[in-house]
Amino acid sequence: MAVYSDKVMDHFTNPRNVGEIEDADGVGEVGNPVCGDMMTFYVKVKDNRLDQVKFKTFGCGAAIAVSSMVTEMALGKTLEEVREITPEAVAMELEGLPKNKMHCSNLGAQALNKAVDDYLGKQKVQGDGEPKARKRKMDARKTEVHDSSI
Amino acid sequence: MKIYLDNAMSAPILGEVREAMLAGLEEGLGNASALHDWGDAAREVIEHARGEVAGLIGADRDEVIFTGSGTESNNFAVKGLALARQSKGRHIVLSAIEHFSVLHSARTLEKWGFELSLVPVDKHGVVDPDEVRRALRKDTVLVSIMHANTEVGTIEPIEEIARITQEYGIPLHTDAVATVGTVPVDVKKLGVDALSLSANQFYGPQGVGALWVRKGLRIMPLLDGGMQEGGRRAGTENVAGIAGMGKAAELAREGMQERLSHLLPIRDRLLRGLPAAVDHVEVSGHPVQRLPGNASFLVEFIEGESMLMMLNMKGIAVSSGSSCTSRALKASHVLLAMGVPHEKAQGSLLLTAGINNSLPEADYVLETLPPIVDRLRQMSPLYDKFKKGK
Repeated sequence: MAVYSDKVMDHFTNPRNVGEIEDADGVGEVGNPVCGDMMTFYVKVKDNRLDQVKFKTFGCGAAIAVSSMVTEMALGKTLEEVREITPEAVAMELEGLPKNKMHCSNLGAQALNKAVDDYLGKQKVQGDGEPKARKRKMDARKTEVHDSSI
Repeated sequence: MKIYLDNAMSAPILGEVREAMLAGLEEGLGNASALHDWGDAAREVIEHARGEVAGLIGADRDEVIFTGSGTESNNFAVKGLALARQSKGRHIVLSAIEHFSVLHSARTLEKWGFELSLVPVDKHGVVDPDEVRRALRKDTVLVSIMHANTEVGTIEPIEEIARITQEYGIPLHTDAVATVGTVPVDVKKLGVDALSLSANQFYGPQGVGALWVRKGLRIMPLLDGGMQEGGRRAGTENVAGIAGMGKAAELAREGMQERLSHLLPIRDRLLRGLPAAVDHVEVSGHPVQRLPGNASFLVEFIEGESMLMMLNMKGIAVSSGSSCTSRALKASHVLLAMGVPHEKAQGSLLLTAGINNSLPEADYVLETLPPIVDRLRQMSPLYDKFKKGK
């Protein structure tokens, strides 16, 4: 499969952190079956850091590798640092993705950010006030990708 | 173990074909249009091959035009036949599951002012001849319906459709790339007016095809230039490639029945075996009226490319019609036309057996595939949702 880098093949063959977190603090879902890729991310937060990150992905080799890579990049990061994980950063970490996969399959960062948003939203409802991390949200999510509304 | 189950994409060339091509390279030193001995030698190679190709489809030798591929043959037929008749009308009829080389040629004609009607198919991918009849108009100048669909294996009722087009006096072209050399094809029996074929579908070389056009039917050339191929396809001939196609045609004609009895048990083992081994897998295409090597499936809750990649790591080569496997990132138009929902179409898996495959290979695939499906389903949020919904 010469279209993919060794790093992509590694993450596709041995994906890290596959699964779901039963009592997740936040869940983020993106993609749709029309474009062929769907990802669900689960996060567990401890002391403002991502303590656990897990994913489930329906999609091509790139989509699975991206998901796995994002969990590795995200683990242990603060809620602020997580916003630095952009689709471009993920593609770079994976030593590149085929051009036609950049858009449709590179949804991992978005799913992760959505899971963090979900967590922050719940915090707000619980009356913990506006967490700091929220302010940077819009800057970090410039890349507009197919949103899930399934 | 290395198992090639992607014969519909390209069937590996046979040793005797390679020999014929090497001979063609040596004998085809001159330009076939030249008047000297070297030209004669090249011309002889080409005309011998033309006879073999004509023999394979029950045609007359001078009705066969060599082209550069099945795609070129389809472009030539659709554009060339429609343009040659445009004074009579500018309407063409196709099925919704045609190969892109037919479909996109028709789209180009649309830009040039033609109108296009797409005939639907049923859930098995079968074109209803009555739908073709209903689509015909006074200004219809061409009907093009494929003989069989490679992706789902369905063989179309071309003879019945031909009776209708004959009744209305409208030329019928059929893209027979999937069938010629694989199942018996006789242009007279089919009743068509033009037929496309490609050498790499029957163990001939890539980059050579042919178009058969019934004598007397006008066609406008796509390539202008010299008088090659009776003035219908200009350009110096690919002598070695044509020699290879001729040899492949000869071998296909001679070995047809033997090949069929070799292929059918392999296909049927796959068709029965996979749905028995894995839940939520169904055969796509027609259960009976299908190509002898074609085992196509829809595997629910997972995506085709990841299956393809994992099978590749186990040494098994297959295809898929999922969005991700297409460069255009669109799910197969064939499956969508058959009414398959998007998420199911993403799980398309296509195994096409050839004469080099064996029953033990089919068994190996049936052992290898279920754990792969299981592994991908464990990763799939769609499978989660399905289980929770239960």
